[in-house]
Amino acid sequence: MLRFILRRLASGVVLIVVISTIAFGLLYVGGGDIARRILGQTATAETVAQKTEQLGLNRPLYEQFVDWVSHAVIGDFGTSWFTGQEVIQAISSRVAVTLSLVIGATLISAIVAVLLGVWAARQRGWPDRLVQVISVLGFAIPGFLIALGLVIVFAINLGWFKPTGFVQFATSPSGWLSSITLPVIALAIGGIAGVTQQIRGSVIDALRQDYVRTLRSRGLSANRVIYKHVLRNAGGPALAVLAVQFVGLLGGAVIVEQVFAIPGLGQVAVTATNQGDIPLVMGLVVVTAIIVVVVNLVIDILQGFLNPKVRLS
Amino acid sequence: MPLPDPQLTPALEERAARVSLFRKLLKNPVGLIALIFLGLLVLSAIFAPLLAPSDPNTASLQEVLAPPGGEHPLGADSAGRDVLSRLLFATRFSLAGALLALAVAAVIGVVSGLIAGYFGKWFDSVSSWFAGLLMALPGIVVLLAARAVLGPSMWLSMAIFGVLLSPAFFRLVYASVSAVRNELYVDAARVAGLSDARIIARHILTVVRAPVIIQAAMITGIAIAIQAGLDFLGLGDTTVPSWGSMLNDAFAKIYTNPDLMIWPASAIALTCIALTLLANVMRDELERTAGPVKRRRNRNRDTEAPIVKAAHLSTVGMATISEEERRLALEQPAASEPREIVHPVVVHPDPEDGGRSSTGNPFGEELLSVRNLAVGYDQPDGSIKVVVNDVSLRVRRGEVHGLIGESGSGKTQTAWSVLRLLPDGGRVIDGSISFEGKDLAHATENEMTKLRGAKIAYIPQEPMSNLDASFTIGSQLVEPMRVVLGLGKAEATKRALGLLERVGIPNPQRTFDAYPHEVSGGMAQRVLIAGAISCDPDLLIADEPTTALDVTVQAEVLSLLRELQAELNMGVILVTHNFGVVADLCDRVSVMRAGRIVETGPVRSIFAAPEHEYTKALFAAILEEGEARGELVTAQTEKEGLR
Repeated sequence: MLRFILRRLASGVVLIVVISTIAFGLLYVGGGDIARRILGQTATAETVAQKTEQLGLNRPLYEQFVDWVSHAVIGDFGTSWFTGQEVIQAISSRVAVTLSLVIGATLISAIVAVLLGVWAARQRGWPDRLVQVISVLGFAIPGFLIALGLVIVFAINLGWFKPTGFVQFATSPSGWLSSITLPVIALAIGGIAGVTQQIRGSVIDALRQDYVRTLRSRGLSANRVIYKHVLRNAGGPALAVLAVQFVGLLGGAVIVEQVFAIPGLGQVAVTATNQGDIPLVMGLVVVTAIIVVVVNLVIDILQGFLNPKVRLS
Repeated sequence: MPLPDPQLTPALEERAARVSLFRKLLKNPVGLIALIFLGLLVLSAIFAPLLAPSDPNTASLQEVLAPPGGEHPLGADSAGRDVLSRLLFATRFSLAGALLALAVAAVIGVVSGLIAGYFGKWFDSVSSWFAGLLMALPGIVVLLAARAVLGPSMWLSMAIFGVLLSPAFFRLVYASVSAVRNELYVDAARVAGLSDARIIARHILTVVRAPVIIQAAMITGIAIAIQAGLDFLGLGDTTVPSWGSMLNDAFAKIYTNPDLMIWPASAIALTCIALTLLANVMRDELERTAGPVKRRRNRNRDTEAPIVKAAHLSTVGMATISEEERRLALEQPAASEPREIVHPVVVHPDPEDGGRSSTGNPFGEELLSVRNLAVGYDQPDGSIKVVVNDVSLRVRRGEVHGLIGESGSGKTQTAWSVLRLLPDGGRVIDGSISFEGKDLAHATENEMTKLRGAKIAYIPQEPMSNLDASFTIGSQLVEPMRVVLGLGKAEATKRALGLLERVGIPNPQRTFDAYPHEVSGGMAQRVLIAGAISCDPDLLIADEPTTALDVTVQAEVLSLLRELQAELNMGVILVTHNFGVVADLCDRVSVMRAGRIVETGPVRSIFAAPEHEYTKALFAAILEEGEARGELVTAQTEKEGLR
C-alpha cells in the first residue's frame, strides 16, 4: 500500500513540475512586451525599459525560470505586479473559501448521488426515469446558469438568502452557512448528475452479481448487502468519476464565485487575468495543480481501501 | 465527462454505424425534437443578418432598457442595443466558437487516437500521458491563464479549449482502435496486403465513427457552456455579441430587469440540453442495436454448464415433438410454452417403510413441501414468461432430494424460488412452498430474511463469483453469524475458523485472512459450504455444487457434502445434471424438463426402471456418448462406494 501511495505521489509531483514548466514558458514568452502592457501605450520607452529591468524580465528566460523555481519550492511565488502583495498571501487568504465551496459540493454530490443512484437502481420504473431526467438536465445546464436561477428564485424572489456576499466562518458560523448554501447547491447539482449516473449503473451491475444472492441466502437483509457490499464494489468507478467531477467543480467555482461575489480563488483569477498579473496567474495555476494532485491522491488511497486488488498490486 | 460505453463491441458499433444513425434519430421523438431545435438554431445563426431588425452593436441612449414591443420585439439592453438582434448574432458567434473548439478537439483527438491505437509503441504511452496532463487542470483556469497573455480573443480561447477537450476523443478512439487492432478481420486485411492507411480508412474509421459523433454532440455542449462562462465573467471579446456577454450585461441589472436574463439563459440552457439529449438518444439507439446480442451472450453464460449432451438428448427425448417446439426448447429451454402437451408425471412409489437415509436411519419429519409451483418472469410487454410449471416435491429431514435435468430445465429456478431469491422480475406465480409449516410463497421479505441462513441455506454453483471480492473470506463468514446467531466478533471468528477446518481447509487462519482472489476454486467452494452450514440450517439447497470444479476436487467436495449432511441431519435439495452425483448422494430424485417434473421417486427405483422417455434418454446419453463423464462417475462411485 505504501509503495502504491509513493508511486502515485511521485507521478503527482512530476505532473506539477511539468504543468509549472509549461505554464511558465507560455506565460512569460507568450505575453510579448509585458512591461509595455503594464504601463500602457502612453509610457515612454525609457520607463518601459526601467520597468522591464525592475521586474527582471530582461534576464534570459531560463534564468528567470530557475529563479522562480528556487523560490517556488519554498512557497514563495513572488509578488503581484499590481498590488505588490505577496502572491502566496493573496492566494492562501482565498484558498480556504474556494475549497470549502468545492469540498462541500463534492461531499453533497457524493451523498445525494449515492442515495439517488441506489434508489434508481433498486426501484427501476419511474424513479429510475426521474433520476435519468434529473441527471441529463443537471449535466447539460452549465453551473453558473443554475447559480443565476437559484439567486433569482431563493435570494431575490423568496428572500431566504442574501444574494451576494460572504461571511467568514469565524465571524458568524450561521452567517457563513447561509452565505455558502446557494453556491454549494449550484455547484453540487452538476456533480450529482454525473456521479448519480455512475452509481446507478454500478449498482445495477453489482446487484446482478452472484455473491449478492449468496450473501442474502446467509440471512443478510437486502439493505445490508446493498449498503455494505454492493456500494463498496460500486465505489471504485464512482470515485473515479468523483475525481473528474472535482476538477470540474474547481473550474465551476471560478464562475459561481463571481455570481455570488464570494472572495475566493475565482475572484483573484479573474482580476489577475484581466490585468495580466503574470506572477499571480502563475501562482494560481500551480496551486490549482497541487490541489488537483492532492485530491487525486486521496481518491487513489480510497480506491486502494475499497478494492483489495489495487492495494496488493 | 461521460464517454460512450467502451464495452460495445467494435463489430456491433460498426454495424450500428452502417444502419444510419440519423434515420433512427428521426424516429425517436426526443431525438427529433432536439434535432429540429438545433436545426432552427443553425438556420437563425446563418441568416442572422437578414433576420435581425437592427445592428447588434448600435447603442442608443434613448432606448436604454426599453421594454419589449415596437421597434424592439424583445426590448433593449442596458446600452440601448436591440436584444433580438444581439441574440441572433450571439447565436452565430457562440455556435461558431463551439464548432471551432469541436473541430480542433476532433482533429487532434481522432488523429492521435488512431495513431496511438493502431501503431501503439512509444506514441501510445506518451500520448496517453499527455491526455492525462490535459485533463489535470480545470479548463477554465487554463483559459484564464491563456487570456492573461493572449488577450480576449474568443477564437483563440476556443481553439485552446479544443486542445484541452481533445483527450475526450483521444481516449474514445484509442480504446476502440486498440480493441479492433488485433481482430481477425484486421489481421486478414493486413495479410491481404492492404496498406495501413487503407485499413484505417476501411475498417477502423467505421468502428469509431458512431461513438465519435456522440462524443461530438457532448463536446459541443461543453464548449458552449464554457464559452458562455468566460463571456459571463466579462473576459470575452466585447466587440462580439455572445450569449455569455448578454448574460453578463443582464446580470448587472438583475435587481431592476431580471427579464433580460431570460433570453440568453434559455438559449444556453436549451442548446446544451438539446445536444446532451441528442447524444443520449444516439447512445441509447446504438445500445439497443447491440442489446439483443448482449442479452444472448448473458444467457449463454447462464447455460454454459456442461450438460449431458443436449443435442443428443433433443434428438432422442424429443423425437415426438414438433420441429418448432424443439427449436424453442433448444433456444430457450427455460420457456415453457402454454400449448405444450403436458405428459403426466411418472411417480415411483416410496418403499413401504418410507425409505431410509444413507446412514440407515428412517427419515425425519417433512421439512419442505412444494406444491404445484409455477415461476414466471415479467416481460416488458406485460406478459409473463413461465419458466417453472406445476412442480411438486417434498424433502424430509435427513433426505437428499436430487433435481436433475439439462441446463435451463428450471431446476435452478425452482431452487431459487424456495429461497425466494429469484433474479429481477422473477416471482412465484402459482402454487405453494411450505417449509416447516410456513408458506414461503407468500412470506414477507422480513420473514424470509429471518429464515435464510438460519433455517434454509444455499451453496451456489460457481465458487469464485459467489464471494465478494472486496472483503476477506473471514469477514464474509463472520458477518452472517453475527447477524443471524447474534454472536460477538470473537466468538464468530472462532466458529468461522472451526468451520474452515471442518470443511477441510489446511490452514484456516490463512484462508480466513485471504481475499477471494487469493484462493483456488476448490477452496472457495469449501468456503461457501462452510458459510452455508455456519448457522446450522435444517434445509440445504445446493445448486450444482461441483460443476465448476476440477474432477478430482469434485469427488472430495461431494464426500464432504455427504458427511456434513449426515452429521447435521439436514434435508438437502441437490440440483445437478449428473446422474453420477445423484447415484452417489441422493435418496430421491426428480427429473425436470422444460420447467416441469417428468419423473420422480426413490433413486434406486428410478435407476432400476426409468419409465419416462426423457429419463431413459438421460441414461442413454451417459452410456452412449458420455465417455469422459461416464468414467468420472465410475471413478467416483468406485472410490466412494455406493452406500
